[in-house]
Amino acid sequence: MNEEVKKNMEEFGFPVIVDEKSGAMQWVDMRELRLRYIISVENIKPFYEGLREGKLMATKCKKCGRIFFPPQKDCPSCFDSDIEWVELKKEGTLETMTVVFVKPPSFGQYDPYPVAIAKLDDGPRILAWYSGDPQQVKPGQRVKVQVSRRKEGYLMYELAPI
Amino acid sequence: MSENVAVIGIGHSKFGTRKDVNIAELCWESMKPAFETANLEPKDIDFFVVSNAGMWSSEAAIPALIAEYADLAPKGSMRVEAACASGSAALRVGYTAVKSGMVDLALILGVEKMQESPNPNVIELIGRFGSYFWEFENFGLTFPAYYALHGTAYMMKYGATEEDYAKVAVKNHYYGAKNPYAQFQKEIDVETVLKSPYIAWPFKLFDCSPITDGSACVILASEEKVKELGIDEKVWILGQGVGTGTANLSRREEFTSLASARYAAEQAYKMAGIDIDDPANYLDGANVHDCFTAPEIIAYEDLRFCKRGEGYKLIRDEQTYIGGKIPVNIDGGLKAKGHPIGATGVSQAVEAYKQLLQKAEPGRQADINKGRWLAHNVGGTGHYTYVTIYGLEKR
Ligand SMILES: [Zn+2]
Repeated sequence: MNEEVKKNMEEFGFPVIVDEKSGAMQWVDMRELRLRYIISVENIKPFYEGLREGKLMATKCKKCGRIFFPPQKDCPSCFDSDIEWVELKKEGTLETMTVVFVKPPSFGQYDPYPVAIAKLDDGPRILAWYSGDPQQVKPGQRVKVQVSRRKEGYLMYELAPI
Repeated sequence: MSENVAVIGIGHSKFGTRKDVNIAELCWESMKPAFETANLEPKDIDFFVVSNAGMWSSEAAIPALIAEYADLAPKGSMRVEAACASGSAALRVGYTAVKSGMVDLALILGVEKMQESPNPNVIELIGRFGSYFWEFENFGLTFPAYYALHGTAYMMKYGATEEDYAKVAVKNHYYGAKNPYAQFQKEIDVETVLKSPYIAWPFKLFDCSPITDGSACVILASEEKVKELGIDEKVWILGQGVGTGTANLSRREEFTSLASARYAAEQAYKMAGIDIDDPANYLDGANVHDCFTAPEIIAYEDLRFCKRGEGYKLIRDEQTYIGGKIPVNIDGGLKAKGHPIGATGVSQAVEAYKQLLQKAEPGRQADINKGRWLAHNVGGTGHYTYVTIYGLEKR
């Protein structure tokens, strides 16, 4: 909590501050909420098992052959959940990119990061960080999917120039 | 069932940093003029819908909050959310409720008080509007970044430049300067845009709509009610289309267009009896979702104001200024007027009413010859698109 709020609470009795620009009085909320979700990955475990070995896994409907990436466990074309896991070839062509300069606070520990979308040779598209120099990217840039360890300590896929 | 539905009352708060009011007060700021222009009181309203994305602001039960503050209890209500298209989603609910004959008078309120949270928290929360798990959690996409992926693809495919994008900001600031309700009432030049710091390449600060507090309100009435009340000043909803896109951008086929927008436009044009091959010829102007500069250009194409790949030429040739092929965002757009998420779609409806009834402020009134205005409101990055067409004459 900032010093001004503390001071006003002691002297004035309430957690208020005066907004610098408008001069309007603001109540500073005493109830802080931190959010961290717990998300089920039970049905896509093979994706993570594959990623640990440097493989990019997708799901494929056994009935119609449709490939899903990101993987999903049900095929809405067939109303069927009889899927198999298939390894995607890890090469493709970069389609677009950006560089995120103003980051969400939860990504504050990273330098500005390039994000790209590539179309894999096997068909599906993939969005991920691009580890190459964004200024050197040319139209039709060939890329590969690789796995690296994040600053937080976990493994994640990224795109790299070929 | 009511064959036609009209907008009979409008209200708009000042958009900007509104530390001077709380959420309920901000709501009333647009509700009061909406009641006054419709010559109605809260007790006349049958049903009301509040659009609000929330998260960054304290109050979640806003329908109840305003039921209390503005004497709308015990009338029915709900809060709706469709990211940045929440306002149009609320209109959709009110429009269908009136059209179905279930209610005769519906109040639609859009409100957002984004500045109850610090900017970094808003940046964090707004980036979560796409696929949270696959595209935000590990790759930290922000709202500008999602659209920047489209801006880059568009430049690569068609040869548009960052300067072309800057021209959209210049136009929208030019008109924002003439709109007393706009957050930024200041003209800028191309240099200002190009020299501003990068937010998400190729977008710079001045390519981006701001973080805004604001509210907007409209009152919808059935055809019978319009007759009964003897309402002269109104605009009719001639058609509305809605589309939805995939959560993951990686599940889409292309990044130079929004499929949900094309889908919504097609529906809306059909419903309004507008030739899909030449819609600009049926419209006096439009509001399109310029949360960033490039998406305004992409909207020209998705709405078929020009051919695919030629949108940037429209802005280069100043064809979307008043006097051009079709004036666009002459209230300043999201870019200069501000983008209070839940209020934006309703604000577009207010602008359609003002333009068609020739009540826009000096210097930003379009010529009204065809009697039709279009509003294009996108939630997320084409995750939702609403296209609504308003007209002076009912169908
Ligand atoms: Zn199948």
